[in-house]
Amino acid sequence: MSLTTPNQANQPILDVRDLRVEFDTYGGIVKAVRGVNFAVAPGKTLAIVGESGCGKSVTVQSLMGLIPTPPGRITSGSVKFQGREILGLPPKEANKIRGKEIGMIFQDPMSSLNPTMTVGKQIAETLRYHENITFEEGRVRAIELLEQVQIPEPAARVDAYPFQFSGGMRQRVMIAMAIACNPKLLIADEPTTALDVTVQAQILNLMKKLQRERGMSIILITHDLGVVAQMADDVAVMYAGQVVEYGSVDSIFFHSSHPYTLGLRAAMPGHDEDPKGTAKRKLKPIEGSPPDLFHPPKGCGYAARCPHAMKACATKMPPLWELETGHGSRCWLHHESGARNAPAELFRGKLISPQSLTQS
Amino acid sequence: MNPQSILEIRDLKKHFEVGKGKTLKAVDGIQLTIRENEIVGLVGESGCGKSTLGRTLVGLYDKTSGEVIYRGQKMPTRFTANDFKKFSREIQMIFQDPYSSLNPRMTIREIIAEGPMIHGIWSRDQIDEKVGFWLKRVGLHPDHMSRYPHEFSGGQRQRIGIARALALEPKLVVCDEPISALDVSVQAQVVNLLGELKATLGLTLLFIAHDLSMVRFVSDRMAVMYLGQMVELGASDEVYFRPRHPYTQSLVASNPEADPRKERERNRKPLQGEIPSPINLKPGCRFAGRCPKAGSACQSVDPVWREIEPGHFAACHLFDPALKGELAAVSGNA
Repeated sequence: MSLTTPNQANQPILDVRDLRVEFDTYGGIVKAVRGVNFAVAPGKTLAIVGESGCGKSVTVQSLMGLIPTPPGRITSGSVKFQGREILGLPPKEANKIRGKEIGMIFQDPMSSLNPTMTVGKQIAETLRYHENITFEEGRVRAIELLEQVQIPEPAARVDAYPFQFSGGMRQRVMIAMAIACNPKLLIADEPTTALDVTVQAQILNLMKKLQRERGMSIILITHDLGVVAQMADDVAVMYAGQVVEYGSVDSIFFHSSHPYTLGLRAAMPGHDEDPKGTAKRKLKPIEGSPPDLFHPPKGCGYAARCPHAMKACATKMPPLWELETGHGSRCWLHHESGARNAPAELFRGKLISPQSLTQS
Repeated sequence: MNPQSILEIRDLKKHFEVGKGKTLKAVDGIQLTIRENEIVGLVGESGCGKSTLGRTLVGLYDKTSGEVIYRGQKMPTRFTANDFKKFSREIQMIFQDPYSSLNPRMTIREIIAEGPMIHGIWSRDQIDEKVGFWLKRVGLHPDHMSRYPHEFSGGQRQRIGIARALALEPKLVVCDEPISALDVSVQAQVVNLLGELKATLGLTLLFIAHDLSMVRFVSDRMAVMYLGQMVELGASDEVYFRPRHPYTQSLVASNPEADPRKERERNRKPLQGEIPSPINLKPGCRFAGRCPKAGSACQSVDPVWREIEPGHFAACHLFDPALKGELAAVSGNA
């Protein structure tokens, strides 16, 4: 079963269980997603955090049915959207959900927009696919949407081509397309990674505003813990194709209970002033690099880099322990015999359910 | 002249002709003195000219005007092959993209040894030993020297780029976004490595990046650029925690902190608009169009670069005693 955080007391809008995705390559089979569980509450934001190659983008692409098959394949799992299974829907059915019920924005707004079509036509295309409206109505709606995403002079800009927009403005166009049909869920895959920090702040504010107005849920994929702190209600930390820690944003930041989460936080520069300024602080990097997912390790994926790894970690996959209501961590340090090795800053909680919630 | 200065940049300009008689003023009058053995961080949004500045300093671009003085020696406006040979031993560069900055057809040994061989610093039979030394120094295994760049991860490639730059034992290294393409955990590895090399080899670094928190962390002093000009310069913590220029203030305010409690309390008013095109700039302060505190003087008169506190510089009319009254009336508080 998957964990539910206090934010998700109600029926989750999206419930993902034991999702597994593989890719055939010349080098063998890559097990990109290895049993992922998470849920998204209505009107809330779930941030999926992780480094490149941890499977966060593949996870959301498989929700949308965007995994190219072959070489990719979803080998198991269930994805329930508003209680309905959407994995393995026939293309016609999937198209009714994609773009209408679930909108998506991507990292690179230039390569995801069609350079030969005006932005107005691209926005109207989504609308005309899902709703029976005329070309003129589509144009009017496109202008309204451009206004909602705060593009100046929307009536003039509707006939412009993507190359005439800056990166931030293109991302606004992407958002306008994604929200055109009033989706219940917006998936944003690194929406601000390519943008400057001032423009990032504008886009994140816009996403928050649209979420408030429309009551939409958001899945936000990012590697930036600052963005997570600013946007998320719930967080899933992914490593080597698995969710290693899961919980509300406060529990992830203030009760970090997986060594990888701790490692990520220690690797980032803090925001406290160093009054002397002479003693140059040092960051604590995570040594090594993520495991090879052609041959994923038998045990914990993080064991090879973990400063607290024990013998068992390399050979036995740790289960997911629930430490507080809705806060889980996949780490042997939560086992009673691992307690000695746990560092002081690691939150060990009360172990509400010491038994495993998921077996891998 | 500051006796400790390693590099003095005086009114440096780099303009590009972009056709139809238009000029792109990428770097437009930069003053900066870099002292021996310090790390100067250079931040700004994309398109502000920070990379152009770095490339002009190492001679990859010709200067349009202005002077760069390296240890009392004036650097040429246009580098000839001889100038490169002379200055590349002293000044090296680390590039942003660890994928395109390494030749895929050369082994790591060839990549690292190329510079020292050209300069005749290493003899042929020393190569393996020296390359091995530098690979170890940047945290890679000496056995990897016969491999090709594609066999390494992004973080490892960045280390190879660092080893290549340092093998010549330069005094000054210009790092152009050395960590932007890397994951958080790997960024920390590279940043620590640079800090350590600064301490042990006595390096001076110009660290160009857009990540404010990282630049503040890494550097001793921090410079902020906007549209080809410097707007603020001071000790890193001063600039980060007590920014004086309105642009730096909004940059710091936009920078998210990895702390959900602080983020909830923060009432963010993001800076409106985007960085304008550096072609055909209007007179006056370049930030005036987006500045929440701009007054009429800002639209017409260029602000002067002045020392507002010891060691803390800014270019803004708010710090002009003659104009202070007028601007205070506009902004409420100056």
